[in-house]
Amino acid sequence: MRSLAELEAVFEPPPATSDIEASATMLLKASEEVLEHWITARGEVPTSDKREGFRLLALHRQGAKGDPSFNACRETCRELIYHYNLICMDPVHSDITDRLYMLGMISRHLFLFISGKMQVAELGEFCCSSKPIRSAETAT
Amino acid sequence: MTTKDKYKKVAYYPGCALEGSGHSYNRSTKAVGKALGLDLVEVKNWNCCGAMEVKNIDPKIQTYLSSRVMSVAANEMDMDVVMAPCNGCYHNLKKAEYDLKNDKESAEVVDRLSQKAGHKTYESGQVETIHALDWIKDTIGEEGLAARVKNSLSGLKIANYYGCMYTRPRHIFPEKDAGPGSESTSKPHFMDDLLAAAGAENVDFPLKTACCGGAHTLSDSDISTKLVLNILKTAKLAGADVIATECPTCHSGLEMHQIRAEKTLGEKVDIKILYFTQLLGMALGLKARKVGVHENISDSIRFLKEKGLG
Repeated sequence: MRSLAELEAVFEPPPATSDIEASATMLLKASEEVLEHWITARGEVPTSDKREGFRLLALHRQGAKGDPSFNACRETCRELIYHYNLICMDPVHSDITDRLYMLGMISRHLFLFISGKMQVAELGEFCCSSKPIRSAETAT
Repeated sequence: MTTKDKYKKVAYYPGCALEGSGHSYNRSTKAVGKALGLDLVEVKNWNCCGAMEVKNIDPKIQTYLSSRVMSVAANEMDMDVVMAPCNGCYHNLKKAEYDLKNDKESAEVVDRLSQKAGHKTYESGQVETIHALDWIKDTIGEEGLAARVKNSLSGLKIANYYGCMYTRPRHIFPEKDAGPGSESTSKPHFMDDLLAAAGAENVDFPLKTACCGGAHTLSDSDISTKLVLNILKTAKLAGADVIATECPTCHSGLEMHQIRAEKTLGEKVDIKILYFTQLLGMALGLKARKVGVHENISDSIRFLKEKGLG
C-alpha cells in the first residue's frame, strides 16, 4: 500500500490520456488504496471482497460499518464506479477525455475527503467521522 | 388535509446561520414564499439547534436544543410543520425526532431538561420537519412553478449542490426513498426539478452530495479549500456556470474558499454560487436585490444581468 503522500501525487495531476482505460483503472486502484488506509487506521484488515463487482464498494461498506457518517463519501464511491464504467463500456466515445478528467476529479475528492480525516493534528473537534480514530489514539 | 395544504402555512425556523453569513438565504426564502403565496410564521424565541459543535460534546444536549424548537412550534404556536432551510438545522431536528422516538434515554434527558427550562416537553410526532425544497416542491410543484415564471432561467447551466447533511444518515429521513415522487438519498433531485421547472439547464454533477469540508473550515482551512476547489472545478468541467446551493454552511464555504483558493493556491475558478431560492426568486420576477444577491460574498450581478435576470 502506497503512502498517502504518494497517492496524492497520483491524484494531483490530470490523468494521462494516452491510454484512457489504463488511466481509469489506475485511478480506481489508487482509490481502493485510499480506502485501505482508512480501514487499516481503524485496526481492521481491508477486505478483498467485491460488491456489485467492485472492491471499492466493498471497502467503502467496510469503512462505514459502525460509523454511518463515513457515508458522506458513499455517493462519491458510487459516482467513481459509474464514471469508470462509462469509460470502460465505450472507450472510443467522443467525450472520453472529459469522462476521464471527471473520473480524476471524483477520485481526487475521495482522496481529499479521506486523507483529510487521517491528518489527526489538523482535524478539529467538529469532525464527527474522525472522532473515534482520534479518541483511540489519545487513549494509547 | 393534503400535504399541499398542510405546507402552505408552516413554522419557519431560520436558525443561526440565516441571521449571519446566510442572510441572503433568509431574505430569498421569505421573498419566494411571499411571491408564491405561502405563509411563514417564524418560531417564537427560537434557539440554536445544537449544530455540529454541541453534538460532538453531548449528543443529548443537541437533541434537547432541537426538541425545544419543535416544542415551541407545537405547544406554543399550535403548528404541525416546521420548515428549516438550513441543512444543519433540518438534519438536527430530524435527528432529534428520530432519537426521541427510538431512544428512551434521550427522551428522558429531554423531559428533564424541558422541565428545568420551564416549557412543555416535545413529544415525538407532534410536528413534521421539512426542508425548503420539500416546502416548495410539495405546495407549488414543478407545474405550478413553471406557470408562475416571469423570467425564465433558460441559458443558465446549473450544478445543483445538496451537500452531505440533506440526505444523511438515511434512517432519520423516513420520507425519502419512499417511492415515486419522494426525494432520493443517493441521487437527490428536488432542487434539480424546481430549477428545471424555472427554465434552467441542470448539468450532470457527480459531486452533488460530496463533502465540502464545512466541518473543517475553522480547524483545517487548507483541507476545506482543496475540497471546495475540487467541487468548483468539477462543476465547471460538467459545464456549469452556476452552482445552486441549499445550505448556508456549504454556500459560505464555497464562496469563501473560492476566494481563498485563488489567494493561497493561485487557482481561480470562474463559477457563480447562488442559493436556489435566489434563482427561483429571480425566475418569479423578483429583483436581484430583493433576493439578497448583493449580500453574497461573490459578485454575480453582472453575470445575472447578462442573462437577463435580476
